[in-house]
Amino acid sequence: MTLVLEVFSIAAICAGAFFFLAGTAGLLRFPDALTRLHALTKADNLGLGLVVLGLLPRAGGVFPALKLIAIWLLVLLASAIVSQLIGRAARREGRPQ
Amino acid sequence: MSWTVALEAGLAALVLGVAVWTLSVRQTFAAVVAFVVYGLTLTLVWVRLSAPDVALTEAAIGSGLTGVLLLGAAARLRATEANSVAERPGAAVRVAAAALATLVALALAAAVLYLPEPAHTLAPQAMAELPATGMGNAVTGVLMAYRAADTLLEKVVVLISLIGVWSLAEDKLWGGRPGPLHHADPDGALAFLARRLPPVGIVVGIYIAWLGADQPGGAFPGGTIIAAMWLLTMMAGVTDAPPISRRWLRFVLVAGPVVFLAVGFSGFFTAGAFLAYPVAYAKALIVVIEVGMVLTIAATLGLLMAGPPERSEKP
Repeated sequence: MTLVLEVFSIAAICAGAFFFLAGTAGLLRFPDALTRLHALTKADNLGLGLVVLGLLPRAGGVFPALKLIAIWLLVLLASAIVSQLIGRAARREGRPQ
Repeated sequence: MSWTVALEAGLAALVLGVAVWTLSVRQTFAAVVAFVVYGLTLTLVWVRLSAPDVALTEAAIGSGLTGVLLLGAAARLRATEANSVAERPGAAVRVAAAALATLVALALAAAVLYLPEPAHTLAPQAMAELPATGMGNAVTGVLMAYRAADTLLEKVVVLISLIGVWSLAEDKLWGGRPGPLHHADPDGALAFLARRLPPVGIVVGIYIAWLGADQPGGAFPGGTIIAAMWLLTMMAGVTDAPPISRRWLRFVLVAGPVVFLAVGFSGFFTAGAFLAYPVAYAKALIVVIEVGMVLTIAATLGLLMAGPPERSEKP
């Protein structure tokens, strides 16, 4: 792996880890269900996306790289739907906490 | 090197912490959520131990399937939850339970600490004979060739547990549709997911089952993923659970064990022993068994999660 790719990979993974950290801090510190969901989606979408981006040069081939991207897309779909469902349940209960 | 040690120590502490949380939290629902998290951290441990097959099974069965079953149980127990939380066992019972738990923990610790060093292993012999089974994945080779009888019994046990769940049905509902009828907004997010995800999920499930011959995977994790897709469509109200009296359903449920037994008995004539495969056809026979198993596991686990019949056959 060339130095440029190495640096890019490490930078992207570190940025992804930062978003996970920020998302976790938000999950623990935000006051109600909807704002916590807002914090979590950052970890799922951006955090995992950046980690996957950083892992692409290390995947060792086009097919494994496509698998990583597919995993990210599936997590995006699942997290979007689950946030919708949790958000709706929190609103229906009327006392988001 | 020290970084990996720190990572592993952190992971072990996390598993223990989540285990304590699972046991100490009072609400059933929170305990189930903690149990699912515990299963996922345990999955990471198996990955660190270079056991991806076990990790896949732990994620699919230990965390996913068991988690869904326990969530269903927690929902059923919600009505009586307040009473059971208020109830506290007497001092004598608690001391006895603590003593028993300590004894079991000490016995387990002693058993692990006094394991022979180096460990007694059959791994070299198993790996030497692996090419004869046609399998590239040693775990699948052990499950389907060396210890095929255990695997066969395992599948039968899952089927028996489904019969156990069905036997909870009222007499007049026997043969009816399992579980409550799920109403979900047909234009809502869940219905959207239930329409979009299963095509992908079924392909992934088949892929993981097929890959099991040479790489981590196999019939159990693959079948569980397909069962999860089926359950998703049922929960979103996109499909309804079939009545358990359906002939085709019963046929799918027994397909795996029947194929397994048929191959096993044919071993008497082709290879001279029960569940022995003739070497030239070993891989083909194992693949045939695995295909039947994926079908049966997907149907059995899906119905296991759907629950006992609660509605008559007419929708």
